[in-house]
Amino acid sequence: MPIKRKPHLSATFALLPTWFVAVVVFIGTMAWSIRLSFTNSTLFPSSTYVGFTQYVKLFYSAKWLASLQNVLIFGVLYVAGCLLLGFLLAAALDRKIRFESAFRTIFLYPYAMSFVVTGLIWQWMLNPTLGIQASVRSLGWETFVLDWVVNRDMAIYALVLAGVWQGAGLVMVIALAGMRGIEAEQWKAARIDGIPVWRIYVSIILPQLGPALAAAGMLLAMGVIKTYDIVVAMTNGGPGNSTEVPAKFIMDNLFGRQNLGLATAGATVLVLGVITAVAPFRYAIYMRNRAKGAA
Amino acid sequence: MKSMMKLLLTGAVFAGMFAPALADDKPTIEIMSSWTSGGEAAALDIIKTEFEKRGGVWKDSSIAGFGAADAAFQNRIVAGDPPGAKQGVIGLAAADFVGQGLFNPIDDVAAAGKWADALPKSIYDLISYDGKVYLAPTGAHGESWLFYSKEAFARAGIVEEPKTWDEFFAGLDKLKAAGIVPVAWGGQPWQQTKVFNMILLSQVGIDGFLKIYVDKDKSEASIEGIKKTLDIFGKLRGYVDDGAAGRNWNDATAMLITAKAGVQFMGDWAKGEFTVAGKEAGKDYGCMIVPESPGMVYIADSLWFPKTGDAGADKAQKLLAEVVMDPAIQVEFSLKKGSVPMRADVDKSKLDVCAQKGLELMTADNVVPDQAILLTPQQVGLLDDFVDEYWSGGSNDMASAAENFFAIFE
Repeated sequence: MPIKRKPHLSATFALLPTWFVAVVVFIGTMAWSIRLSFTNSTLFPSSTYVGFTQYVKLFYSAKWLASLQNVLIFGVLYVAGCLLLGFLLAAALDRKIRFESAFRTIFLYPYAMSFVVTGLIWQWMLNPTLGIQASVRSLGWETFVLDWVVNRDMAIYALVLAGVWQGAGLVMVIALAGMRGIEAEQWKAARIDGIPVWRIYVSIILPQLGPALAAAGMLLAMGVIKTYDIVVAMTNGGPGNSTEVPAKFIMDNLFGRQNLGLATAGATVLVLGVITAVAPFRYAIYMRNRAKGAA
Repeated sequence: MKSMMKLLLTGAVFAGMFAPALADDKPTIEIMSSWTSGGEAAALDIIKTEFEKRGGVWKDSSIAGFGAADAAFQNRIVAGDPPGAKQGVIGLAAADFVGQGLFNPIDDVAAAGKWADALPKSIYDLISYDGKVYLAPTGAHGESWLFYSKEAFARAGIVEEPKTWDEFFAGLDKLKAAGIVPVAWGGQPWQQTKVFNMILLSQVGIDGFLKIYVDKDKSEASIEGIKKTLDIFGKLRGYVDDGAAGRNWNDATAMLITAKAGVQFMGDWAKGEFTVAGKEAGKDYGCMIVPESPGMVYIADSLWFPKTGDAGADKAQKLLAEVVMDPAIQVEFSLKKGSVPMRADVDKSKLDVCAQKGLELMTADNVVPDQAILLTPQQVGLLDDFVDEYWSGGSNDMASAAENFFAIFE
């Protein structure tokens, strides 16, 4: 049983501003947005309630449905790609190679760049008339094709490529820090047993990196929901709807299209999506802590 | 929210009262626009210079990008701290603001300057809401233009401007055969919608165009018109290069300037790019209204005047409205901006060949407004989606697409 504590008056006072921010700024604005999603607001908030009309419109919109599908594809591949590449880079640097710090800087460098810059760089490189395709063709390989950003079926993977290039460095640093924390004795013991290096990484190192990689994955996943700038810089949602994402849909409707009701409905759906994805984890952690507390 | 807005506005008024009385000496205005490119900034400067000459104080809050400027403006309005003037299109885009009572009418300035006589009636109607004038028009842009590189046409052996769409496509084939990119395509939704509209006007005529966009007429004739438009529009897919998707309009214009491409569909602001590159209309490049078109689509800019609750700013707004509609300023501004003056009674001799053609169509009232003037921003967005989906989806199913078109208005 947890011990019941008497709340300290001074502590409560000290926390008041934080409480104020949490309640008014976060929960308040969220409630305000949810309220608006049930109105027919266009440019300005209105108080004419229209029930679930905006949600019906939302899920009839091909653009919104495409954006949900895209963010799912992007999210899974981006997080998985970053974790895999980041781990491999960390393992490579962990082999006590020369110029390690130089490589570490190079691999981490993309993370220091904003998504807008990342998007622009990759847009130029993958643009068929300016980038890699044009330069390879000018070298003589006339049939070479690399047109991901302008190809409807490949554009979303171009985003993943750019995202992984940017985010892998972060995972590498976190994983490397984790690896450096692993005791050298384990290595010695594994060597004596004659276990191949790759097997040590997969079966001994990787399991111990669990928390570090989970933290990195969480950071990346939060970025996925907010994905906006890289899309705007790289493809602006095109060609067609092929790289449209929810955050961009919401921003477009909020400002460009003066459609507050639809935008807030989209935002509400997004919040609900995040809550349903995160709630089971939080619940599991809560239950585990309780079990520990009871023991 | 309305009462909330009032509260905020009252707050702004009180804040204004306690502010130092400095603003009372001279009419001061803070102007928010998205006119930041070379030609645009030079045009805005014409207004600024005259405004200052007449004793005003000018504070520039320009933000690059139409969308970014709009978002910033909306935030300032909601925060109760609107700028003194905002550049925006005439018509429905401003209707919500006027309806909420957020803008100052400039009826007295319009009456004193006899705007009703000087402006084409359609324009005058579009700057008035409930019988009162609210917006000061700066200039109109023709959007039915087909620009072509004379050098590319010469190399492909095209001697005459095409009169029909068949001749036009024959010309594109010749360009293709000569190894030139036939159409410099700007693959962004807003640009594609403009091309769709110019073709639509060429197929259904002025009355048909207004029927579709104003009356939302879904008759057989309208559906047939949309189908024919989509047919021509879809054919163009075969004449663009790989890099078309997402291309900026000025990058497309650059392809004409270097004679890498033959033609570009664009509004007359593209002339600014040619001028900067030292090219001359009628000599290095040609401008024509798209084939078979009986008139021209236009978009018109204006200045909006939000209520600031500051007497000095109110005075400045009236002064600014006068300056903007001054006949000499209208011409000077248009020369820099590449637009067509709004007033019919201006000196035409200074305008270039293309602008003269445009002004002729304008004064003969052979013009139809752009969708941004006729439709709400929500509908404009859906139209962009529709056109973009047809273009990049690669479908040729015109019948079902024509059905979808009318869903925009629902």
